[in-house]
Amino acid sequence: MQPNPIYLDYNATAPCRPGAAQAVADALSLGGNASSVHRAGRAARACLEAARRDVAALAGARAADVLFTSGATEADNLALRRTGADHLLVSAVEHDAVLQARDDRTLIPVDAAGLVDLAALERLLGESDGKTLVSIMAVNNETGVIQPIAEAAQIIKRAGARLHIDAAQAAGRIDLEALWDCADMMSLSAHKMGGPPGVGALLIRAGLPFMAESLGGGQEQRRRAGTENLAGIAGFGAAARELCAGWRDEAARIDALRVRLEAGALERAPTLQVAGAQAPRVANTSCLALPGFSSEKQVMALDLAGIAVSAGSACSSGKVTRSPVLHAMGWSDDLSGAAIRVSLGWASGQADVDAFLLAYEKLAAKAKAA
Amino acid sequence: MTSRTPINRPPQPIYLDYQATTPCDPRVVDAMMPWFTKDFGNPHSAEHKLGWDAAEAVDRARDLVAGEIGAKGRDIVFTSGATESNNLAIKGVCRHRRTAEGRDRIITVASEHACVLESAARLEREGFEVTRLGVGPDGLIDLAALEAALDERVALVSVMAVNNEIGVIQPLAEVGRLAHGVGAWFHTDAAQAFGKIDLDVERDGIDLMSISGHKIYGPKGVGALYLSRRKPKVQVEPLMDGGGQERGLRSGTLPTPLCVGLGKAAEIAGREREAEAARLKGLRDSLLERLEGEIDGLFLNGSRQARIAGNLNVTIPGLESQELMAALDGLAISSGSACSSGAPGASHVLQALGLEAGKVAASLRLGLGRFTTDEEVGSAADQLVGAIKRLRDRRGAA
Repeated sequence: MQPNPIYLDYNATAPCRPGAAQAVADALSLGGNASSVHRAGRAARACLEAARRDVAALAGARAADVLFTSGATEADNLALRRTGADHLLVSAVEHDAVLQARDDRTLIPVDAAGLVDLAALERLLGESDGKTLVSIMAVNNETGVIQPIAEAAQIIKRAGARLHIDAAQAAGRIDLEALWDCADMMSLSAHKMGGPPGVGALLIRAGLPFMAESLGGGQEQRRRAGTENLAGIAGFGAAARELCAGWRDEAARIDALRVRLEAGALERAPTLQVAGAQAPRVANTSCLALPGFSSEKQVMALDLAGIAVSAGSACSSGKVTRSPVLHAMGWSDDLSGAAIRVSLGWASGQADVDAFLLAYEKLAAKAKAA
Repeated sequence: MTSRTPINRPPQPIYLDYQATTPCDPRVVDAMMPWFTKDFGNPHSAEHKLGWDAAEAVDRARDLVAGEIGAKGRDIVFTSGATESNNLAIKGVCRHRRTAEGRDRIITVASEHACVLESAARLEREGFEVTRLGVGPDGLIDLAALEAALDERVALVSVMAVNNEIGVIQPLAEVGRLAHGVGAWFHTDAAQAFGKIDLDVERDGIDLMSISGHKIYGPKGVGALYLSRRKPKVQVEPLMDGGGQERGLRSGTLPTPLCVGLGKAAEIAGREREAEAARLKGLRDSLLERLEGEIDGLFLNGSRQARIAGNLNVTIPGLESQELMAALDGLAISSGSACSSGAPGASHVLQALGLEAGKVAASLRLGLGRFTTDEEVGSAADQLVGAIKRLRDRRGAA
């Protein structure tokens, strides 16, 4: 087997943090079912509830607000479909788990920087009557752009509507407590923050209407039937605990790497464009367009050089369609078709960035020659 | 990651609750762990080796699951567990077929798992007609009653392969044949059957099958749904939408390590199922023989013959379940399904067998499995007999 490549695709998924992997292994050795009343069941229950407290703490939420799911897709679907919303407004740059959840959603446009158009939000809220739910992602998965959630939340609150935040790409990168402060619901994904795949959560305020989708068992306060993914939840909790203590330091360390990466890339390819550069962005994500050089060719060339990046989001990768996110930001097909996503994470180091820059230099030279 | 014991068996109390969940087999854990850390790629990442490796591992796991039931890997959709599989199969098929063909009936059985019954109840509120077949004192359905209930309006017949409380095995091939006679599709909840008994989707006429990871020594949080791809080509309305994974039937990033774990568990079950069943049947029969010999009035719930090897469900007249459970703190057992543990009221399965709800009687489910030893069964029998006699003496003295 070839050695694993240098991994710069953390927004697709992250390797499990050592502490999270240990928690997974430990939980796998617990025998019981958390719904059983005997000792083995109670041990599983204790592990589950400790993880619930850890996940809640990362967002400053109450443990009872945390509904564990199979991932952010399920959390998004539940939030949008099962909470009694008559009208749904979602930003034009949302993940497919939000965009595809309901056909009857209305899109809120974004500006050239990728930021939600707050005036349009206010106008759309004025046009909808009944119970309206607004779903805005905190951090975009392709560009890393941070949405003005606090400002949007004020507008939404004034209109008497509810706010759901898809925070899958935000956890561990920005202040989740500040997000949860202004939200009614919030989706989290474990594997994007260095926890295991197959687990996520919907944070949901007490008293909100909720109709379970998964029926047939009393788990999760009767809101989601099915034996809990104990090992996954334990790993999620461990990752949350680690980030609760250290996310600011980690974000600062990664920010320095990203500064080096973007400056180095721009030096080698002066025509380079960075998506969302005018907007606040999380520290780890760079969406880089090299005009005249297709995303597919860049990704292939980088793969040959042993560097794993992506041409867009993992769920839609492989499809030839251009990024709807960059399209919504007003990018031409030519330009969005020349973009790659480079995303750093907890295990990334300067050597990874330097290896990327070395390979990118060759790309840039080819682009210039073409 | 070396902290686990060589055998994932809680030493105390003696674990006899293998129908609630099974400990993850250490071989399964070993197969899974690299996919959390070293080979962690997103299986939907199409641009690099880590993604391709993960996608290949997921597809190998699909093949292993399919191989256990005579299916093809592409017929398998991974889910978060059997509850999701059952919800997707039942609601997904019925909603699709009503829209596409106008079929608006579903037939199921009174002793199904709660997730089947509640999915059917949801459909009832959506205007479907739900028929819940009864079962005989042996826990088995009456095929004549099924035949009488079938007509061309039936979208789906859902009959569980093995009951989670009483372990009885339903006559699947006959159900499949009858269902197909009127063009109904046949779904079976095989959470307790997959890896325990011989299942063949072709032979048994199964169009959809729900599979659980943690009931077969795999991880919790993963399951599968088999969907026939021809004759009939089963179609379902998805419950989740998003990135369009699993051919659009089930969006969401697939958890590679959990899929690998389910595949490994299926592979081991395929290899060891028969020998394991023979061993467990010996242990189980000796346990039953001892209980029947020493406890007056104790009786077995459900068929003696059409029953998986690792299950006993017995009723002891004259005692309360709660007092008996409390007296058995050396045993991890249950009085019914784990999902309803702690919930008051008699088991709907035992009620379906005709057991009187109001009558004072303690029922126990004893589930044996891969890591159950002769010594444990002997000790469990001693504890059961001792506790029951003590409680009866106390009652007699009062």
